[in-house]
Amino acid sequence: MNASFDILLQTLLSGVLIGLIYALVAVGLTMIFGVMDIVNFAHGEFLMLGMYASFWGFALWALDPMFTLPFTALMLFGLGSAIYHVVIRRIIRAPMLSQIFTTFGLLILFRGLAQFLWKPDFRTIDHSIVQGKVAFAGLQFGLPQLVAAAGAIVVTGIVWWFLQRTRLGAALEATAADKDAAALMGIDVQRMFALAWGIGAACAGVAGALLSTFFPIFPEVGANFILIAFVTVALGGFGSVAGAFWAGIIVGIVEVLGGFLLGPQYKLALVLALYLIVVLLRPQGLLGRA
Amino acid sequence: MKRLWKLFALGAALSLAIVRPALAQEEIRIGVIYPLTGAAASTGLELKQAIELAADLINNGTRGLNLPLTTTGGLPNLKGAKIKLIFGDHQGNPQTGATEAERLISQEKVVALVCCYFSNVTNTASQVAERNGIPFVNPESSSATLTQRGFKWFFRTTPHDDLFVTNFFEFLKDVEKKKNISVKRIALFNENTLFGTETTKIEERLAGEQKYPIVEKILYPAKSTQLTSEIQRIKAASPDLIMQSSYLGDAILSMKTYKELGVSPDALLANDAGFNDSEFLKTTGKDAEYVLSREVWALDLATRNPLIKQVNDIYFERYKTNFNGNSARTFTGLMTLAEAINRAGSTKPEAIQKALVETDIPGSKLIMPWKGIKFDASGQNTLGNGIIVQVQDGKYVTVWPFDLASKDIIWPMPKWDQRK
Repeated sequence: MNASFDILLQTLLSGVLIGLIYALVAVGLTMIFGVMDIVNFAHGEFLMLGMYASFWGFALWALDPMFTLPFTALMLFGLGSAIYHVVIRRIIRAPMLSQIFTTFGLLILFRGLAQFLWKPDFRTIDHSIVQGKVAFAGLQFGLPQLVAAAGAIVVTGIVWWFLQRTRLGAALEATAADKDAAALMGIDVQRMFALAWGIGAACAGVAGALLSTFFPIFPEVGANFILIAFVTVALGGFGSVAGAFWAGIIVGIVEVLGGFLLGPQYKLALVLALYLIVVLLRPQGLLGRA
Repeated sequence: MKRLWKLFALGAALSLAIVRPALAQEEIRIGVIYPLTGAAASTGLELKQAIELAADLINNGTRGLNLPLTTTGGLPNLKGAKIKLIFGDHQGNPQTGATEAERLISQEKVVALVCCYFSNVTNTASQVAERNGIPFVNPESSSATLTQRGFKWFFRTTPHDDLFVTNFFEFLKDVEKKKNISVKRIALFNENTLFGTETTKIEERLAGEQKYPIVEKILYPAKSTQLTSEIQRIKAASPDLIMQSSYLGDAILSMKTYKELGVSPDALLANDAGFNDSEFLKTTGKDAEYVLSREVWALDLATRNPLIKQVNDIYFERYKTNFNGNSARTFTGLMTLAEAINRAGSTKPEAIQKALVETDIPGSKLIMPWKGIKFDASGQNTLGNGIIVQVQDGKYVTVWPFDLASKDIIWPMPKWDQRK
């Protein structure tokens, strides 16, 4: 195989681009886990709902996914915190198995609803304002992928800034560290939990909106992304936003470049092998708290 | 009470003795099992419509149609006996298929079965027929293994999956001759479940036998978030031809990735499935132009075979929809069976089986793009073949076999940056 430098570089950068999307999905997941120790199996479904929100905005009112993106984010934020208040609040102290069943049940519910309401057909958004290719220095990228990656950086950055630089973010971090102590300090823990679910769902929803310009939209689409999101979260360290960000990029590179070099049939195996190595050598993940 | 039973039994026996032979003169009971309820019910309904049309044409005369059986009403060699279809519903379930076959044979006394669309149901239902010595005609199931079981009562009119892949290479030879080119570099790009891996095996074997170099072979998971690594590898191997088996989602994703990375082989030859889904053309739009795919049937075949238009017109008038690859094959299945029963001149299963073995129907009497119907020792029709269609101006049109083509093939396809 004549893998020239150009092709290698192109493949590497393609890996980074998809990796940034993985990162954004994982940031939402790690947020929810970090704050309340619940694994959200329905996270891929938030992504799916974000995609459908973009699709319907486009199909019904000809609104571009880039334009509806803030609304998609708000909608998913609302949905996430509503789910917290209606469902998750009741199982916050339940055994882990009940929590798994609950979020898994949400997964089935949303997938079933999407099939029922919008049919199992594949949909695509065929003429967004972001389409076509960008070529520079012999490399070519789809504009949708570039925009999606840039969007993922911006949103992850906002989440990071919010956690590090705002009082509300600090309260959220405090709740994550010790919810009883946080409650004693006068932090409304329920509100913090709802906030975490809102932000988590919004991240997945934005990722869905960014993907919708180049990925087919169908009720099971979340399944394609959720396994990788779990690996990314574990790799970056449970609860660590910065860890999820870097881990997403690493996973993307390993998957795309590793798949290219060693054979695409191994691409997922490589990602999982990397995960295994990290878990064995550094169980808390790259940037996780030990 | 006991006496009453005896009387009843006597009466039943008598009436059977009297009524049976008389009945046999005027109706031929054929069992038909399709998925009439359940997830595939809509397909099952189409198949039911097609086979009912076939029975009606036979029973009421084939007025001026060049079908396998010329008749003015019923089967001429059986004194105009009519065909009666007895339907069973397998719901897509192999177990139910076997039970229904049992019921039709033992209770409904059918003399032959036409069944089942799904390969796995055909598998179980045909075992029941084999055990009972009842001829079993299978018009649509394409798993190659069905005719590798050494059955004596099993007859399949449709080509199977191996034959379809064999067609790819016959097609290549024909294109090379017509365009005076030679295909030197083939990349195989198939999804990694049974469908894709089986196809890969056959493609590798045939390419080896016919000396076509395979420069890249990729099996990929259909549920991928990206196909960049796969398609970069294909690009690096710079093939003339990509042979691809994909489901819908990955077919769409791969087209987008080809375009993004500027991968332009001379041709992309797809193996039905996702590429032939009506959603595929809708969602990929102009980017799908020039894609080749295999098909079992297409309406534009009617431009070359007037029979297809005539029969389709009757079908459309009745059901307000056109034939498709499935319904056309089901129609052909019953026609084949009826022709054999007529030749047998009897409704005895042994006689029908013997007649089926001797079947020799020319392609001109079929609504299929086949050379004819003739079964080998395994019960497989050896004269069947698929067609190759190409997306031209947003529609799939038949381009091969060349004598059935409605449009000329476009090969090589233009590079991405030279397209409008």
